[in-house]
Amino acid sequence: MKYDVIVIGSGLSGLAAGIRLAMFDKKVLIIEKHTVVGGLNSYYTRKNRTIDVGLHAMTNYSPKGARNTPLGKLLKQLRFSHDDFRLYEQETSEIRFPEKCLRFTNDFDLLKQEIREQFPDEIDGFMRLVKKIESFDELSLTADKWTSSKLVLGGYISDPVLIDMLFCPLMYYGNATERDMDFYQFVIMFKSIFMEGFAKPLGGMLYILNLLVDKFKSLGGELRMDAEVETINSKQGEFKSLNLVGGEELTASAVISSMGYVETLRQCDPSLMEGVTKGSEGQVSFMESLFALNREPKDLGYCRSIIFFCSDYRFRYEVPKNLIDISSGVLCCPNNFQYPKPLSEGMIRLTNLANFRLWDALPRREYINAKKEWRTKALENLFTLFPDFRDSVIFSDTFTPKTILKYTGHINGSVYGSPNKLKDGITPVRNLFICGTDQGFLGIVGATLSGISMANLHILQKKVAPNT
Amino acid sequence: MTREDVRQAVIDILGDIAPDEDLSSIKDDLTLREQMDLDSMDFLDIVMELRKRFNVEVPESDYQELISMASCIKYLQPLLKDHQLAS
Repeated sequence: MKYDVIVIGSGLSGLAAGIRLAMFDKKVLIIEKHTVVGGLNSYYTRKNRTIDVGLHAMTNYSPKGARNTPLGKLLKQLRFSHDDFRLYEQETSEIRFPEKCLRFTNDFDLLKQEIREQFPDEIDGFMRLVKKIESFDELSLTADKWTSSKLVLGGYISDPVLIDMLFCPLMYYGNATERDMDFYQFVIMFKSIFMEGFAKPLGGMLYILNLLVDKFKSLGGELRMDAEVETINSKQGEFKSLNLVGGEELTASAVISSMGYVETLRQCDPSLMEGVTKGSEGQVSFMESLFALNREPKDLGYCRSIIFFCSDYRFRYEVPKNLIDISSGVLCCPNNFQYPKPLSEGMIRLTNLANFRLWDALPRREYINAKKEWRTKALENLFTLFPDFRDSVIFSDTFTPKTILKYTGHINGSVYGSPNKLKDGITPVRNLFICGTDQGFLGIVGATLSGISMANLHILQKKVAPNT
Repeated sequence: MTREDVRQAVIDILGDIAPDEDLSSIKDDLTLREQMDLDSMDFLDIVMELRKRFNVEVPESDYQELISMASCIKYLQPLLKDHQLAS
């Protein structure tokens, strides 16, 4: 049996690519090595709780009727209505640094007002930066030269604290590069977080993923779980077939892989790895702890939807020298979204930058102890800024870069993939394309759009001979 | 297909692409883009839906024929004359 297209990975980008292809009558198979769909945005179950992985909030929120926003494009391309996603907006989020605090909501004017009040000398520069961002085409699929956002921002804003405060959420929610950010990525993240904003789907990732899987299957798409790629076979630089672990061979006219760029190439002919630029492997990863509470976060003094904090005077976004960096992080209170009725349980999530190599080197027992030890350290530092909630915790769980590697296969457990993005998705192998994190659109909406764009660009816009 | 059938076929496609849009007020002589905020992704979808539903190929050089409802009908009616509108 020959497929028109095999999609590797059933995360958001793979599912979206699959839906687009199946919609236009391509014979398409999605293979997933894990037993659960979702990839980097998935879920797991512990003690009757279904817990989202990756999802603090969906960025890129735009209201019903907005059709040319990333969310609007996603909905129309996948033929969903806005109501299908059951999105509820955030309340208020904030960026908290030692002497400054900037609040923001899904109304961009609040952030402008906060900057005007707290950084009066910088507001003119900030407004000029916003103009530049507004006129920037960040969704172009053609590659440009890497542009340092730190340099660009330095031309508009002089206070390093404000620069750090703007970077903090944008880096935490989508930067694969340490210390700096490619400017087009900065623009994507700035628009998706500050100008569009946060929402959460009622029912979490489980709900959204089911929606996509159901649509894919109803269009005739085939999804195989527990199917891991062993080799991707090419002849004279053209994709021929792939073998699954266990030996089975599958053939198709084309492959779209969401495994990651290096992750894909290392399953191909070994000579291809020689062409991979040094430093293409992602490094940035996180430890995340979640705390189920016996009351609402608000009752404990946690009134924000998301808080990006830094307890140091300078914000460092890099692989930490210790197992985790407790000096900055992200706090998410899933309860503090404008749901029609309160969620069944209070929860707080805490995310810190983490060092994959150090976690990976620990023997099992030490690994388990280290999770507890560093979770405690992270909390103690957090409680220098925010109220202590430990007495209200009824369940907690922690995952590390090692967990992320195990379930997603991303090298170094890198959540945002390779620092070198491949905007056009083209690999050295003809008819083998990349989508997802390493193509360069990030977040839930971004990943989904990535799958859509790559399916459109490389398969649907080309006249492929009908399947025989 | 009659002129009215072709119009309905286009409306059906637009309804699929833009489920949240009110299509009852579409004016035939105005461009679709200004009434519905369509982008290049949408035009690609109109072309692909035409291929899927009616086996009609619109070459890229003819995309401008789809600019308004009136021009869609004028362009598509000869191509769809042997088709029935699916009920």
